[in-house]
Amino acid sequence: MTSLPFVDPSAPEAQPRRISRKATGADAVFVNASRAIGASVLVITGGVGVFLAWQAVPTLRHYGLSFLTEERWQPEIDVIGIAGVLVGTVSIALVAMTFAFPLALLTALYISEYAPARIKGLLVSAVDLMAAIPSIVYGLWGFFLVMPYAAELAWWLQRNFGWVPFFEIRGTDPDSAVWDTSRYVSSAFCAGIAVAMMVLPMACAVMRQVFSQTPPGEREAALALGATKWGVIRSVVLPFGRGGIIGGTMLGLGRALGETIAVVLIISPAFEVKWNVLEIGANSVSALIAVQFGDATPAQLSALLAAGFVLFLITLCVNTLAAIIVNRSRSGADADA
Amino acid sequence: MSALTSTGPVVAEPTTVPAAERRTTLPTRDADAPPPVPRRAVGRANGDELFARVGAWIAALGATWLVTQRFLPLSGVAWFVIVLLVAGIVMTALLSAMSTTFVEVRDRVAGVVVTAGAVAVGLALVSAVVFVFVRGWRPLVHLNFFTDDMAGVEPKAPFTEGGVLHAIIGSGIQLGIGLAVALPLGIGTAVFMTEVGGRFARVVRTVVEAMTALPSIVAGLFIYTTVILAAGVPRSGLAAGLAIGVMMLPIIARAADVVLRVVPGNLREASLALGASRWRTVWHVVLPTARPGLATAVILGVARGVGETSPVLLTSGAAPFITANPVGGAMNSLPLFIYTQVRSGEPNAIGRAFGAAVVLMTLVLALFVIARLVARPRRYRSRPPLRRRLVALLGATRSIRPRRTRSNGETA
Repeated sequence: MTSLPFVDPSAPEAQPRRISRKATGADAVFVNASRAIGASVLVITGGVGVFLAWQAVPTLRHYGLSFLTEERWQPEIDVIGIAGVLVGTVSIALVAMTFAFPLALLTALYISEYAPARIKGLLVSAVDLMAAIPSIVYGLWGFFLVMPYAAELAWWLQRNFGWVPFFEIRGTDPDSAVWDTSRYVSSAFCAGIAVAMMVLPMACAVMRQVFSQTPPGEREAALALGATKWGVIRSVVLPFGRGGIIGGTMLGLGRALGETIAVVLIISPAFEVKWNVLEIGANSVSALIAVQFGDATPAQLSALLAAGFVLFLITLCVNTLAAIIVNRSRSGADADA
Repeated sequence: MSALTSTGPVVAEPTTVPAAERRTTLPTRDADAPPPVPRRAVGRANGDELFARVGAWIAALGATWLVTQRFLPLSGVAWFVIVLLVAGIVMTALLSAMSTTFVEVRDRVAGVVVTAGAVAVGLALVSAVVFVFVRGWRPLVHLNFFTDDMAGVEPKAPFTEGGVLHAIIGSGIQLGIGLAVALPLGIGTAVFMTEVGGRFARVVRTVVEAMTALPSIVAGLFIYTTVILAAGVPRSGLAAGLAIGVMMLPIIARAADVVLRVVPGNLREASLALGASRWRTVWHVVLPTARPGLATAVILGVARGVGETSPVLLTSGAAPFITANPVGGAMNSLPLFIYTQVRSGEPNAIGRAFGAAVVLMTLVLALFVIARLVARPRRYRSRPPLRRRLVALLGATRSIRPRRTRSNGETA
C-alpha cells in the first residue's frame, strides 16, 4: 500500500535553495585578484591615452587649429604645426602599402594555394620570422643596400613618368649629362620601401589565415564545375577572404604610420607639405618626436605629445576599422587579426 | 559451385543451382592484374605542360639577356631581375597560348605571377638577412667584441678594441624589467578577460585592443615625460624597461587573450562539472592547455620588445660602459647601440653597428626558434596530460552508463 510521507503542518514551508553565482573562498580571491589586475592594466593603458590627450590641451589652446594646418616646425619663432609631418607620415605609409599590399597578397595566395604541402609550415614560419626581425635591421637594409637602387628607380620614374604630379622631382633635370644623385635619395619613397618590409608580414599573416579558412566544400564545388586553380582563387578564395584582405592591409597601414627608426635613419628631415615622394626630404610624426624630444622645452614637449596623440588617434581609427572589417566579414569571425 | 567461385565477375545464375547450394559468394579479384586502362595522373603536370613551363623561363632568360645587355642601357642586377620577371610572365602566356585555350593561359599566368611575388618577398627577406651578416661578420671574429665595452674606445678604433658586452647586458636588464611589468599583468588581464568576463572585462578588452595601436615612440615619450621629467628619475635602464613594458603590455595581453579564447570550452565545463572551483579550473586545465600558445605569445612579444629602438632612444641614454644598476644612470642596449653607431658615420663604427645587428638578429632568431619549438609539440608532448584528463573524464561517465556490450555478448 502506498503511504504518503508524513507532512508536519506546523513545519515552515520548504524553500528551494537560493542559487548563487557569487564566488566564495579561493574563488572569490581569484575573481577579485584578476579583476584588480584587469583594472590596473586598464589604468595603465588607459592612462597613457588620457595623459596624451590631457597634454595636448595646452598646445591646442595656444596654437589653435593652426597646429593642424601649419606646416613649419620652428619653435624659436613660436610657429609649430604638424601639417607637414602628417602629410609626410601618410605619404610614407602609402608608399609602403603600394609595395606591401600586392606582395603580401601574392605571398599569402602562394602559401595557401600554390606551395607544396611539405614546405607550407616552413613558409608560414618564415613570414612570422620576417615580422620578428627588428625594425632597425630593416632600416640598415634600406639605407645601405636598397637606397642606391631606389634612387635609380626614382630617376627612371622621373624621366618616363615625370608628368605624374607625385613623381616630379623639383630642382633636377632628368636628362642632364651628370645625374645628380643627391636629389633622389633619403626620400619618402626610400623610407617607404623599408617600412614595406616591416608591414608586409603582418598583412600577409592575416590574409593567409583568412584564405586557409575557405570552406573546402565551396573549393571542391568550383573544381568539380571545371574551374582551374586560378578560377577557384578568383571565384571562391578571394571573395571569401575579402574582409581579411582589407583588414590585414589596414592593420599593416596602422603599423606603417607609427614606424620610427627606419624612417629616422633613411629620410632627411623636411618640414613642408609635399606629395613629391621621390624627392629628397620627408618627415613623419614619429621621426619628428625622435629627433626633437632631446632639447625640447616643456611647451615644445607638450606640442610633441600632442603630435603623438594625433598620430595615436589616426592609428587607432585605422586599426579599429580594420578590426571591424575583419570581424564583420564571413571569413574573419575567428581570425586573430 | 565451382562455376560460381572461379570466374571473376559475379553473374547471376540462379536457375541452374540447386536451392540447397544457393549461397552468396564473393568474387575473387586478381590483385596483380594490370588495370584495363593506365591511370591518368591528373594532379601532376604532363610532359607538354612541363616543357612549356621550363621552356618559358629559359626563353625569358635569353630575352632578358638580350634586352638588358644588348638593346637597352639597363645595367645592374635589379633591372635584370625585373626584366626577367616580366619576360617570364610574357613567355609563359605566349607558350600556353600556342597550345591551349584562354582559360588555361590565364591560369598559368596567374600561377607564375603569384609564385614570382612570393619569390620576390623571399629574396627580399634573404637579402636583408644575408646583407647584414655579410657586412657584420668582420668585427665578430674578434673575441673582444663579445667581452668588452666601448669605454674609452674611439669611433675610428680598429675592431680589435671595444665590444658590445655593455649593450647585451643592458638589453637583458631592460627586457627583464619590461617582462616583469608586462608578463604578469598581460597574462593576468587575459585570464580576467576570458575566464571572469562581464561588462567590466569588455571595457578592459576594448581599451587593451585600442592601445595595441599605440606607436612605440609615443610609449617612449610617455615614459620620458612622466618618469624622467615629472618624477625625476634619471635616464636609466629602469625607465627604458618601463617603456618597453608599457609597449609590450597590450601586445602580450592581446595575444594571450586570443590563445586563451581557443581553449575548448568543454574542457572547462568538464572540470567544473567534476566539482573543481573556477580557480582550480583555470590553474589546472585552462593554463596548462594553453601553455604552448602562451609561451609563443610571450616570446614573440619579447622578440618585438628587444628589437624596438624608439622607446629606448628616448629613455635610456647611450652609455659606452657597462651599467648593471637599473637606476644607476645611462644604460645602453643593442638597438640603441646600432642606431648611435650608424649615426656617427665612421666606417668602423658602422661596421660595429652591423656586428651588433648580427648579434641582435641572432638573439631574435634564437627566441623565434625557441617559440616554434615550444609551440610545435602541442600535438605530441602535451597530449599525455590532456589524455589523462580525458580518461579521467571518460572513467567518470562510464560508471554511469549501463554496460551493454557484455549483455549483447551473452545473447549472441
